[in-house]
Amino acid sequence: MNKQIGLSVLAVAAMIFFPGCGNNSGSPTVKIGLIAEISGQIPAVGASCRNAALLSVKQINDAGGIDLGGKKYLIQLLVEDSASKADQAAVVTQKLITQDNVLAIIGPNSSGNALPASEIAEQSKTVLITPWSTNPKTTINAKTGTPKKYVFRACFTDIFEGRVMGKFCHDTLKAQKAAVLFDVATEVFKSQAELFRKSFEAAGGKVVGFETYTTGDKDFSSQLTKIRNAGPDVIFSPSYYTDVSLQVQQARRLGIKVPFVGSDGWSTPELIKMCGKDCEGFYFCNHYSADSENPATRDFVAAYKAAYGTTPDDVAALTWDAFGLLWQALAKSGSIDDREMLRQRLSEGQSYKGVTGSIVFLANSGDPVKGAVIMRIKDGKFVWSSDSQP
Amino acid sequence: MIYLLQQGLNALQLGSIYALIALGYTMVYGVLTMINFAHGDFFMVGAFLCFVGAVFLKLSVIPALLLTMIGLAILGVTVERVAYRPLRKAPRVSLIITSLGVGMFLENLILAFNPYPQHIPQFIPDINWNFGGLSLSLLQLLIIVVSILLMLALNFIVMRTMVGTAMRAVSWDKDNVELIGVPVDQVVAITFALGSSLGGAAGFMYSLSYPVIDPYMGVLIGWKAFIAAVVGGIGDIRGAMLGGYILGTLEILVAAFLPSTCRDFVAFSLLIILLMVRPYGIFGKPKTQKV
Repeated sequence: MNKQIGLSVLAVAAMIFFPGCGNNSGSPTVKIGLIAEISGQIPAVGASCRNAALLSVKQINDAGGIDLGGKKYLIQLLVEDSASKADQAAVVTQKLITQDNVLAIIGPNSSGNALPASEIAEQSKTVLITPWSTNPKTTINAKTGTPKKYVFRACFTDIFEGRVMGKFCHDTLKAQKAAVLFDVATEVFKSQAELFRKSFEAAGGKVVGFETYTTGDKDFSSQLTKIRNAGPDVIFSPSYYTDVSLQVQQARRLGIKVPFVGSDGWSTPELIKMCGKDCEGFYFCNHYSADSENPATRDFVAAYKAAYGTTPDDVAALTWDAFGLLWQALAKSGSIDDREMLRQRLSEGQSYKGVTGSIVFLANSGDPVKGAVIMRIKDGKFVWSSDSQP
Repeated sequence: MIYLLQQGLNALQLGSIYALIALGYTMVYGVLTMINFAHGDFFMVGAFLCFVGAVFLKLSVIPALLLTMIGLAILGVTVERVAYRPLRKAPRVSLIITSLGVGMFLENLILAFNPYPQHIPQFIPDINWNFGGLSLSLLQLLIIVVSILLMLALNFIVMRTMVGTAMRAVSWDKDNVELIGVPVDQVVAITFALGSSLGGAAGFMYSLSYPVIDPYMGVLIGWKAFIAAVVGGIGDIRGAMLGGYILGTLEILVAAFLPSTCRDFVAFSLLIILLMVRPYGIFGKPKTQKV
């Protein structure tokens, strides 16, 4: 199956990188940059992002290109790897903007990468849409405290996620005491953990353990023993899937029986592969659900499955929506190189019907108004559990 | 009390792994006065061999462990022969830089095969015992016991056998023992084989207890084990074992009784203070620099 994916990626890449092979040879193309975490700590995220991006561009190009003022233009996608490193994310953003002269950039996904990239995009007055960065700071100018003008995101912010899970644990799971275990070196998880504590305590619960670790740690025995002693009803672990499976396994060996709940760092099928039966019944907050009845979602899931043989995860869905937002604004702007016009069209407040629900940007904000879903791991699959509106 | 015992058990498990890796650093240093910075990556290769043994060859625990240790011994000897031996007479810094290069080579070699973190399937039946609130798993017990057995075996080889005597002689005076007929090249090769296979065993057991492995996993752990070797007195075998357990215990206990955010900061501050008091480490002996 891997070989098949590899071949289809190659085929798609060939179509994108060698548009001259088509019949529109010679006509100018619209250059779009993509920054994904292809190597490094979270390669599954990067792979989903790239897959969805290639699929979206392929659909446009197969239809002859994007219609701008009556003339069709092919899309040229330039893919860069941030290697999940902040410095490399900054370097490739600069490269795409100044050297490759792209019209707009999609990505990077992790907040640690999206923050430095967004600074450069803002300075260079180039539109950047991050599919998956939920950190509030990504779209806020640190110096002035006002929203950045050129930076947008397709997902909700982690303020919303922490709040949703705090409320969910208290109201739905009926937990009175909760413990939190998170990677203190990853900004987004730190803010999710803090917001969870705030909202869980505001709902009337008590946070009895607030334990941290550092990126790369694989031994959580000390923190978990401490948590076991505090006797919580639920453990909130906003962490990446690689850490979650280790935590759950070690917790079980220590005799901890209470459920874990998590945030969007969990949402890749790799988690179930690594975790096995240990994660059965756990809940997490997510951007979208693949079994949604929304027609846009259904079409996307079918197309993605046909191309890659797997169900798209939330990164794929959000990348798809980031491109959808871009195409909608681009069609309205009608220009292949006017970055300023594109920005104006994006922030005009027109709603976009995406696969992760409807997305609308309020005036002067890169943060969309949209909802979240609570997912449950059941019989080795992610299933939709409930919706949560802002 | 139960809490303290449980944390003590956690510390023993983590410390055993640090100690096994620290032994590899200390043995090479003892014999060649060279720090093999690629050792953390040897450890990582050990974890990946465990993965290969488990997933592709479908071996059971003991054959997989043997495969890993033999594979690593071969890797260690090859690296020594190809990368380090030609430089033995070169300035020491060239050797250190070469070892860093070997480490990066190994990381990128594994990376070239598969960039994804890999999951190791369960090898050992998941049995947990509960003694009045104290949880002990079969895996934990196995890691602690196997590590201690391996360390005892190493101690026996170094202290009681002919090879071990030769090793200690080379460590004492590399240039002169050659004159009295000790085959230095062979002794160095055996040292690398032993040190690397222990690193491989550590990688194997590490990946059983923390079954998510990636090509960069050796870097951080390699540094920590190196620190453990220095704290124990680099070049001294007992020192490496003790250093490993000290580091494991510090990490666990700081997190157990202080906010876990302070863990590395407090643990490493304590180690720095220890080194200020005993700059040669616990078992290290001050050496006079020959001019």
